[in-house]
Amino acid sequence: MLLVINMAVSLFLTGCSSGAGNSSSGSSPKNSNGVTKLTLWTFVEQHAKFYEFMADEWNKQHPDKKIQIQATTYPYDDMHNKLLLSLQSGVGAPDIADIEISRFSNYLKGKPQLVELNDIVDPVKDKIVQSRLNIYSKDGKYYGIDFHVGATVIYYNKELLDKAGVDPDKIVTWEDFKEAGKKVVRATGKPMITIETSDLWSYWPLIVQQGSDFYGKDGSVTLDNETNIKTLEFLKQLLDEKIAKAAPGGGHHTEEYYGFMNKGGAASVVMPMWYMGRFTDYMPDLKGKMIIRPLPRWTVDGKRSAGMGGTGTVITTQSKNIKLAKEFLAFAKLSKEGNIQIWKQLGFDPIRWDVWEDPALKEPNKYTEYFGNDIFNILMTVKDEIDSPTITENTPKMNQLVVQSALYKVLKEGKQSPEQALKNVAKEMRK
Amino acid sequence: MENQLNYSTSTQMVPQKKQKRENILFSQKLAPYIFVSPFLISFFVFFLYPSIQTIVMSFQEVLPGETKFIGLQNYKNLLNPHFFAALRNTTVYTIWTLIILIPFPLILAVILNSKVIPGRNLFRSSFFIPALTSTIVAGVIFRLIFGELESAPANTLMRALGLDAQQWTMHWGTGMFLMVFLASWKWLGVNILYFLSGLQNIPKELYESAEMDGAGVFTKFFKITLPLLKPVTVYVLTISIFGGFRMYEESFVFWQNQSPGDIGLTLVGYIYQEGFVNNDMGFGSAIGIVLLVIVLILNLIQLKFTGAFRKE
Repeated sequence: MLLVINMAVSLFLTGCSSGAGNSSSGSSPKNSNGVTKLTLWTFVEQHAKFYEFMADEWNKQHPDKKIQIQATTYPYDDMHNKLLLSLQSGVGAPDIADIEISRFSNYLKGKPQLVELNDIVDPVKDKIVQSRLNIYSKDGKYYGIDFHVGATVIYYNKELLDKAGVDPDKIVTWEDFKEAGKKVVRATGKPMITIETSDLWSYWPLIVQQGSDFYGKDGSVTLDNETNIKTLEFLKQLLDEKIAKAAPGGGHHTEEYYGFMNKGGAASVVMPMWYMGRFTDYMPDLKGKMIIRPLPRWTVDGKRSAGMGGTGTVITTQSKNIKLAKEFLAFAKLSKEGNIQIWKQLGFDPIRWDVWEDPALKEPNKYTEYFGNDIFNILMTVKDEIDSPTITENTPKMNQLVVQSALYKVLKEGKQSPEQALKNVAKEMRK
Repeated sequence: MENQLNYSTSTQMVPQKKQKRENILFSQKLAPYIFVSPFLISFFVFFLYPSIQTIVMSFQEVLPGETKFIGLQNYKNLLNPHFFAALRNTTVYTIWTLIILIPFPLILAVILNSKVIPGRNLFRSSFFIPALTSTIVAGVIFRLIFGELESAPANTLMRALGLDAQQWTMHWGTGMFLMVFLASWKWLGVNILYFLSGLQNIPKELYESAEMDGAGVFTKFFKITLPLLKPVTVYVLTISIFGGFRMYEESFVFWQNQSPGDIGLTLVGYIYQEGFVNNDMGFGSAIGIVLLVIVLILNLIQLKFTGAFRKE
């Protein structure tokens, strides 16, 4: 009997306690040579390298208040859980942390344990793509600073389009896209586009592009509105007519997909700008074959992009050096210099649009070698057409349900109609 | 008792103060508690306190600075399709692991225990090796083997057998197969080990006398081996039920907690999803408590049924 209770107790402990015991000490004050140590957690190794680089730059310019960034990279889930628990319990959080957008609202629930950043944001506010600030705000206070705009674009495989005699610049609307798709399928036997069934990147940008979203601006559920249903129907049609193929592995971030695409598996894919890095790193054979274009429009004067994804960098209230952390964060992610480095090192479209035309962004790097030199020229043309999604407290749950209960059931299983599936999820989220 | 008396008489001559200190240091009443204190302290800190806290939290909405009691709301929220999907998946998974992970290890253990099998030590260790690998590491390999593309190893094999290639991680049935397969591969060796140790304890004389009475292989197995292995079987059954319901990694490696249409959602995975991914610790705790109750009831029934409570 005791044995059973004992085992049962440890059972739910294993369920609840993972990661609870790992706390690293927050921040340490200045050490002997006047260098302040700042701890930083991130879930992307390249981000950590970027911060370390920026810390070196900072130290060159501010020899009087040198800092040392102690960056730790954890796996995505681990980092977010660890941070959540340490903020919840009041001990062990780092000075600075990266929080991915789909988890960000978790940290704004209740009384945010994050430092308000308005004083560093306000001076440069008019140079930043506005929607990128709002997604990390609560009650008019900004809590996170993004790396990138995440402008959604369409990546075409030029080789396949040429074979079918399709000119990508003639594809203006999604109807044109569909017609071009038929040609491509006929000429090459390859699908025109891949669609994610286990992730949101094929669906969410397309509805945000039309000014719609899962949530309205007032925070009410708008998931089952007409635009959203029609868009999902359009995706289903593409699949049914074999113009599109469900992404192998379920999404655009799987090994299966990289392999499939690298072999010229499909003629295009809709993803945000930050997906460039996946091409350069995981699909080397497509180098020089891929081109970037704005999304096709839904209506003649519709928008041609949407700002998707993102990572908000925050400062926790547990930090002992809030002022210095703020100065450094502003330097690393809000300054012109920092934004140029974000492009150079990470290949992201930086949030300050005033650097997009900077000559530094035209310098060749691995991205321009892969995709050509006109990346930012294209981005400039859609500068005012980049809306970001509305993020609410329930966004994590909403996103999860849209993927698992709507996209999968409609696009993969085919058991539910788009309308039915979206209505079901909307009903559950309204409860 | 006698010792204690001796002790107190021998220290009677020592001055009062010193005697007191020695009493604490050498007190035979206190000594046992000091020796068990490491366990007790860790039990209180890491088990009892979190357990009680979990129960409390299951009635709360837990938010930094704004934690408040919300009555039974968390438990009411359990009545949703995701919870029932998780319950169904976990139950089906547990049943499958019981069907596979008790009879097969038992038979294999008997075979490995018999002296006529050549190279049985080699087999014993090779069956056990999977248990030493991490589920996550093995799972990554499994995921690649059961990839979606036609060129993935499992699909190559399917096609060689004249069957259709499968999208293994995309359907409920194949998904369940993957989880059960991974678990069977990993835990088979451990269960064999339990049964082997049970077999070592069965006296050889029983078999010898049975042979003299003319019992065959099967009679010996059913009349001697099975009944005498019962304590081990009950133990394996208990930890298997428990292991089935606490399953998480097997699902995690295939879907990273994002299984389409909840096909891979388990109860523990659901705790994780609600507690951490959706930052609803109160709801997560409620799921944990319900899981505790389920496992407790199941195991009590099972132990009663197998007669573990009967006084010997």
